[in-house]
Amino acid sequence: MRRILVGIKRVIDFNVRVRVRPDGAGVVTDGVKMSANPFDSIALEEALRLRERGEADEVLAVSIGPGEAQQQLRDALAMGADRAILVKSDTALEPLAVAHVFLELAKRESPRLVILGKQAIDDDCSQTGQMLAALWNRPQATFASKLEIQGEAARVTREVDAGLEVIEVDLPAVITTDLRLNEPRYIKLPDIMKAKKKPLDVIEIVSLGVDATPVLKVVKYEAPPQRQKGIIVKDAGELVAALKQRGLA
Amino acid sequence: MHFALTDEQRLIVETTRSFVVRELYPHEAEIEATGRLRPELRDELKRRAQAAGLYAANMPVAEGGAGLDTLTWILYEKELGRANYALHWTCVARPSNILLACQGAQRERYLLPAIRGERSDCLAMSEPDVGSDLRSMKTRALPDGDDFVINGTKHFISHADEASFIVLFAASGEEPTARGPRSLITAFLIDRDTPGLSIDDGYRSVSHRGYHNSILRFDNCRIHKSQILGELHRGFDVANQWLGATRLQVAATCLGRADRALDLAIRWAAERRQFGQQIGKFQGVSFKLADMAMELKAAELLTLEAAWKADQGTVTDADMAMAKLKATEVLAFVADEAIQIHGGMGLMADLPLERIWRDARVERIWEGTSEIQRHIISRALLRPLGA
Ligand SMILES: Cc1cc2nc3c(=O)[nH]c(=O)nc-3n(C[C@H](O)[C@H](O)[C@H](O)COP(=O)(O)OP(=O)(O)OC[C@H]3O[C@@H](n4cnc5c(N)ncnc54)[C@H](O)[C@@H]3O)c2cc1C
Repeated sequence: MRRILVGIKRVIDFNVRVRVRPDGAGVVTDGVKMSANPFDSIALEEALRLRERGEADEVLAVSIGPGEAQQQLRDALAMGADRAILVKSDTALEPLAVAHVFLELAKRESPRLVILGKQAIDDDCSQTGQMLAALWNRPQATFASKLEIQGEAARVTREVDAGLEVIEVDLPAVITTDLRLNEPRYIKLPDIMKAKKKPLDVIEIVSLGVDATPVLKVVKYEAPPQRQKGIIVKDAGELVAALKQRGLA
Repeated sequence: MHFALTDEQRLIVETTRSFVVRELYPHEAEIEATGRLRPELRDELKRRAQAAGLYAANMPVAEGGAGLDTLTWILYEKELGRANYALHWTCVARPSNILLACQGAQRERYLLPAIRGERSDCLAMSEPDVGSDLRSMKTRALPDGDDFVINGTKHFISHADEASFIVLFAASGEEPTARGPRSLITAFLIDRDTPGLSIDDGYRSVSHRGYHNSILRFDNCRIHKSQILGELHRGFDVANQWLGATRLQVAATCLGRADRALDLAIRWAAERRQFGQQIGKFQGVSFKLADMAMELKAAELLTLEAAWKADQGTVTDADMAMAKLKATEVLAFVADEAIQIHGGMGLMADLPLERIWRDARVERIWEGTSEIQRHIISRALLRPLGA
């Protein structure tokens, strides 16, 4: 079975204006709308397209997080994933622990491809895919904006600072998605009803033997400083003068 | 009592909303400016709505729809209702539920093509002299062998300019009652190209630009008796069986637009500054928002409860009347207050508020005026006491 494993993280919806908790120990999540990380929806869309092109037989969606993340997995099933696994953890996980979970699942499920988002929009770490590739000892192609399968290799166009880079990686490999890879489809109404019958397994993180003890210490959460009111300058000369005055030019 | 949405309902709401925001909102300004939905745009959006499974989702799965129950259908209608009416009604059409009364060959000719988006329907009851008092309609359908011959005029008929067929209600006879003779009404399916029928432009309306009404003239228009929908003289039974819940549909689309107006008002109150502070800090503005949110929630609860009862088979005429009445009046209130909070900018066509406000007006008139809904509610209270 040629399988694609896709990661789906439950995060605060990108439309929500995030607020820091008064005690600085995190951000407010009570009553806040949660959604799948947008880069993960792109990963799922890419996996579905590969399956539709005959490059895969099964798309497996995996979320690691609280019980409520079943919602995002149900959404993934409605969008077209064949089955889903929730690896339940009630404490927040660091990228290394998440990478270890994916490693254990990769060993069990032997995917041809693991497609993850290039980052999650909550902590913006951008580490899990890279760590997983290293632990799994398989190639990685991060920040993908185009993905083509050619036999047992993938040709991936990456978005890098200097422009676009095209690389080829042997399969199995870890791919992480950039924004321009695709535009996720609308979930079809009739499929939403059908998704109920698709399998969604819930397993505890301890059952995978992963040590999720944090290695990082969060000191404090702080809101970014409020933007100061700008000034309007008449011309370039005035602009340069203003910058000089602030020690910026 | 249990008020949470199921996972499926939540997803249907999300997917419908994202379609409306991404595919319909961007074309609203064009429709408002030109008063017209271009056929190319209509066809393209229709194709996308079909691909997303949103088209005709009110219809049963066995017929090719999404098979939504009443409650879920109403949640979906609320999301569609956020957008310009011509756009959502034409491109994401919900064929009238009354087509489910189609029998035999009528199914392949009317019901199924309507669900597939190949044909579309309109409903003709109102006449120049007949509005709320439908029983007094003057359009006649007289039997002639195996045919009926129709004469009369219908007006205010929405969508007849686009529709490929008409569900027509006409007087087919009379029966005696204690209070004098009473018309018997029959429903017919009539193709738009039937000889003897002409469809002319109707009036220019303040509401719903791009969505037109027409005048239908029947001049010895001859149709075969196989075009009867339901049974002879039983037109109102068919209507009561299938069209009762369209009042909930009206309520739901109003809730969607009121929600959009409230959202705009909240954001404006948080951003607009006068006298050195956000205007939302003035109680005169923030208390308006509180009332708008509360009224909207009340209307939504009434509507969802009636929809839920419809699924349980326990909904009453008065339940649906209350939902329609409250939601349409709340939309008017919320749209008006949202404009007040925006000040002059609220009236400008650059924001969707002025059209939400204009569009709100018809909702208290069609599908039974507010007075008729109050009549229904009050009769349910007093009739048991013989008053
Ligand atoms: C834009 C638009 C689109 C429409 N589309 C369609 C359509 O597609 N198909 C269709 O068949 N019709 C359609 N209609 C007609 C609509 O259903 C009627 O306008 C509505 O039923 C009211 O009838 P009327 O306008 O003739 O008002 P009337 O019935 O003449 O009412 C005038 C006033 O008298 C009040 N009134 C009447 N009777 C009573 C009573 N018993 N007690 C207290 N007050 C009463 C009314 O509430 C109202 O305030 C449309 C109307 C509009 C404006």
